Amino acid sequence: MIWLGIDTSNTPLAIAIVKDEQVLASFQSSMKITHSIGTMPAIEELMEKANIKPNEIEAIAVAKGPGSYTGVRIGVTIGKTLAWTLKVPIYSVSSLHVLAENAPYFQGVVCSIMDARRSNVFAGIYANGEVVKEAHISLVDLLTTLDNMEQQVLFVGMDVSIHWEQIKEVLGDKVQRANAAFDLPNAAVLIEMAKKMEPSEVHTVVPEYLRITEAEANWMKEQKKNGN
Amino acid sequence: MRKDQYILGIETSCDETAASIVKNGHEIISNVVASQIESHKRFGGVVPEVASRHHVEQITIVIEEALKQADMTPQDLDAVAVTEGPGLVGALLIGINAAKAFAFANGLPLVGVHHIAGHIYANALVQKMEFPLLALVVSGGHTELVLMKEDGQFELIGETRDDAAGEAYDKVARVLNLPYPGGPHIDKLANESDEALQFPRAWLEEGSYDFSFSGLKSAVINYQHNAEQRGEEINPNHLAAGFQQSVVEVLTTKTIRAAREFKVKQVIAAGGVAANKGLRNSLEEAFTKENIHFYVPPIKLCTDNAAMIAAAGNSKYSAGHLSDMSMNGRPGLELNSWN
Ligand SMILES: Nc1ncnc2c1ncn2[C@@H]1O[C@H](COP(=O)(O)OP(=O)(O)OP(=O)(O)O)[C@@H](O)[C@H]1O
Ligand SMILES: [Mg+2]
Repeated sequence: MIWLGIDTSNTPLAIAIVKDEQVLASFQSSMKITHSIGTMPAIEELMEKANIKPNEIEAIAVAKGPGSYTGVRIGVTIGKTLAWTLKVPIYSVSSLHVLAENAPYFQGVVCSIMDARRSNVFAGIYANGEVVKEAHISLVDLLTTLDNMEQQVLFVGMDVSIHWEQIKEVLGDKVQRANAAFDLPNAAVLIEMAKKMEPSEVHTVVPEYLRITEAEANWMKEQKKNGN
Repeated sequence: MRKDQYILGIETSCDETAASIVKNGHEIISNVVASQIESHKRFGGVVPEVASRHHVEQITIVIEEALKQADMTPQDLDAVAVTEGPGLVGALLIGINAAKAFAFANGLPLVGVHHIAGHIYANALVQKMEFPLLALVVSGGHTELVLMKEDGQFELIGETRDDAAGEAYDKVARVLNLPYPGGPHIDKLANESDEALQFPRAWLEEGSYDFSFSGLKSAVINYQHNAEQRGEEINPNHLAAGFQQSVVEVLTTKTIRAAREFKVKQVIAAGGVAANKGLRNSLEEAFTKENIHFYVPPIKLCTDNAAMIAAAGNSKYSAGHLSDMSMNGRPGLELNSWN
């Protein structure tokens, strides 16, 4: 079975081609190249290197977010269009979980984060192979939650560096951060996760934003005020 | 005999997710539009982030439907054309990345199309375009006079210096508390009216083919506010009719003058505001007198659709202008000739 994996949910770009138990080719980058420009050429190039033609792809795994709204949408749009037109199953996986799975052997809690501005983060908390929480949350609340878990915590993700001082201050000895090699999403990891999942109906695959739009939030507030 | 050419068009520049298959640049085989208007209505206008989210939900459904209605498979196609710009960047990116993935998976050439070229080529779906041709493009974001000396050649001879005509319509409609989008509602009120208020016409400098609608818009809005403050009831029909008369007179007069100066064989109207009854009637009447062929596509081809993108894409593809996998959305794309 030949898999194509795509993660464009934040600045990094990750693409991989896996054949059965072998990673044929994998690409990771954290360069600031617009995903809209870079993703398709990178897929094209990687498939050439792996000597795989589009019609040989048998399954697609895509990171569904959260992350940058536009970034997530590009990967999801490419993934679902390929899956639909090639008539192959599609699997969509949490972008936070993909990051956390970079550290599968850590004994304790793994926390992946993406910066969401204004002291907020998208955060995933995982323990003993289970999802504890995935949310758009203030850094303060996240750190309180982790503190109360009273376990060793490993932070994963490029954006950890933005908040590391504050994290360290609250969690002290209980916290470590993964080294740089594990800070980028790995599309081969994404594919390995997809292998254990059920496929989605392709037309229904949409990003997991974990946040409604500002316009909708305001509109709902307005509705409530008017007693609707 | 030349082989028939089938182009899949994809359009997501604003609030319609659309896909269509067009044969030889003029025959619509299928034309699917999923409109988001109902969703944006509650906000009183298009919210870009909401638009982008809807496009992802709809895009594969709409392309599949276009193929299904045409009873075709990707192997029957010759190329994929997609709106490259201008438009809302987040919205454009959905159509573009879907088009790229689809073209790549099926080994098809890709063509990036200018949205306004699309609006102009909507006319090719109705009758043969004859050059030199003058296009009056009047939409939500544009008001332009474009001269085409040949197929695939565009010369901008006039454009709005402030609001687009559709934008002015929508803003005036908001003041009258009409639902979004307001253009069709103003059109209706104006047509039902037996009287029209007098509002200024912006002719600009002598000989200019440019337009300006913000002064008119302000005059209308001020009139309404002043009446309100004096506690006077205004008749919205008279106000709508006065506004529409001013817009239509300026658009018609400048279009005729340009048609004469450039000795065009054909004049076409394009874009959402070309659906306007008052404008259609005025242009039709004027060009009948002038003895110049005037055409305006049916309403369904005036507003955003993908058949127009496929039609323009057909011309651009035939001229050998292809895009590659690095195509990006270009919100400020200029209308460049491809011939
Ligand atoms: N009958 C009508 N009279 C006046 N205006 C109309 C009528 N029907 C539609 N419109 C206006 O047309 C505009 C929408 O047209 P269209 O969909 O071509 O614009 P757009 O795609 O948003 O803009 P652009 O094509 O410039 O990017 C709206 O402003 C709408 O109010
Ligand atoms: Mg338009």
